[in-house]
Amino acid sequence: MLSIKCPFCGYRSQKEFAYGGDGTVKRPELNQEISDDKWNEFVYLRKSPRGKHVELWHHVAGCRQWFKVQRDTVTHEIFQTAKMNEEIK
Amino acid sequence: MQKYSIFSLIKNAFSNHEKWDLAWKDPSPKKEYDVVIIGGGGHGLATAYYLAKEHKITKVAIIEKGWIGGGNIGRNTTIIRSNFMYDDNARFNEFGMNLWRNMSQELNFNVMFSPRGIINLAHSDAQMNAYARRGNSMRLNGIDAVLLNREEVKKIIPMADFSDDVRYPIFGGLAQPSAGTARHDAVAWGYARQADSMGVDIIQNCEVTGFDVSGGKIQGVRTSRGDIKTKKIGLCVAGSTNVLAEKLNITLPIETHLLQACVSEPVKPVLDGVVTFGAGHFYISQSDKGEMVMGGDLDGYNSYAQKGNLPTIQHVLTGGIALFPFLSRLKMLRTWGGIMDMSMDGSPIIDKTHIDGLYLNCGWCYGGFKSVPSSGWTFAHTIAQDRVHELNEGFSLNRFSKGYLLDEKGLGTKTWIS
Repeated sequence: MLSIKCPFCGYRSQKEFAYGGDGTVKRPELNQEISDDKWNEFVYLRKSPRGKHVELWHHVAGCRQWFKVQRDTVTHEIFQTAKMNEEIK
Repeated sequence: MQKYSIFSLIKNAFSNHEKWDLAWKDPSPKKEYDVVIIGGGGHGLATAYYLAKEHKITKVAIIEKGWIGGGNIGRNTTIIRSNFMYDDNARFNEFGMNLWRNMSQELNFNVMFSPRGIINLAHSDAQMNAYARRGNSMRLNGIDAVLLNREEVKKIIPMADFSDDVRYPIFGGLAQPSAGTARHDAVAWGYARQADSMGVDIIQNCEVTGFDVSGGKIQGVRTSRGDIKTKKIGLCVAGSTNVLAEKLNITLPIETHLLQACVSEPVKPVLDGVVTFGAGHFYISQSDKGEMVMGGDLDGYNSYAQKGNLPTIQHVLTGGIALFPFLSRLKMLRTWGGIMDMSMDGSPIIDKTHIDGLYLNCGWCYGGFKSVPSSGWTFAHTIAQDRVHELNEGFSLNRFSKGYLLDEKGLGTKTWIS
């Protein structure tokens, strides 16, 4: 079982969290013309790397905050967690 | 190639079964091939077989990083079905059902295809309505679908929990009597043996390290056992699709996730066909050895680990015990995991790409086993003719940007919850 460090609550069991997918995906700017390609990229295309992956998690049975996690997709080692307005270094 | 039969069995018994031919050779890669298939799993082996058999292309190599049958073809829960609602999925998989029915004879290898039927259980009126609709769609495509009420389900699986105080009472279910199971290893070995006999080189322990692309065309592939020249590459690497796509600078509508399965200790025959729980994600069948074969949810986050995490198994089996209380008395024999190429709409991709000579076969999610013959057949056609067959037209790569999704379950793009 993963032990995830919520940036607000500290280490908690995986059971308290929900996964939120790739954390590097950025929505195209609001109120701008969006090409089909850009939209396709945002909605569907994912790198899904083997190795370090920046992803979103939701502390759904805790403080209910979303935050970023940098995790290895092979070993599941978690290198870093950060609040949404912070960068993963 | 030595034909397998009762006579060859008797003949070889006299020499203590020490003189059987090798089922397939172990060649070193040649300098050049007409087609290179990457991935020696079910889909790759079937593709090579149909390339040789249907299209007479035999200068073909299958490159496999590990060994034949070591990936998802040997890790799945062996379920074969075509109970799909959308035309593209239904026609494609029903075409595959016909290939399954003749597979043992065609491959001269007993794949033990056993059409014992599948029942998807419903636990509410709304679910019954949805299944009635799906059943009607299936029948329009010539697939057998039978809507069962509670009493009819009870006759087939009397050991399920039909008591009054359950959280999710069984309302009925949708059955496909022609669905079933097969021996997954035999499928890989059968295709490998036949492909090899027609001249296909099966190259194991050979990892792809890069691609040779120039002028927008495939020129060759670089491997741990040397460079190979080829004009056509077919990618059948399931959970490693994203890794190889990265080497080709392609980003795909695919995420890689981990799925676990488990088997119990063997017990006497109790369950005839395949049953899926409708109020959670759980499916179960009984193997010929008597083990209960079970699976369910993905682990729920991107993973290449090929081994799973305990909370998911606990969660899946909680659903299993809610449906079949007797499971709580069984010991688990083993659990294992495989990595899945989860597509953004739950349906596969069999298509050409913007790189000339690069063909893509991926996005099987966790339903790749049943599609091994139909995928191999259509992918071989796509590679040989350089155009898609009408059976895999719907599985195009650009359906995402065009909006022609095949979202059978209506789950959207969160691959980890499907």
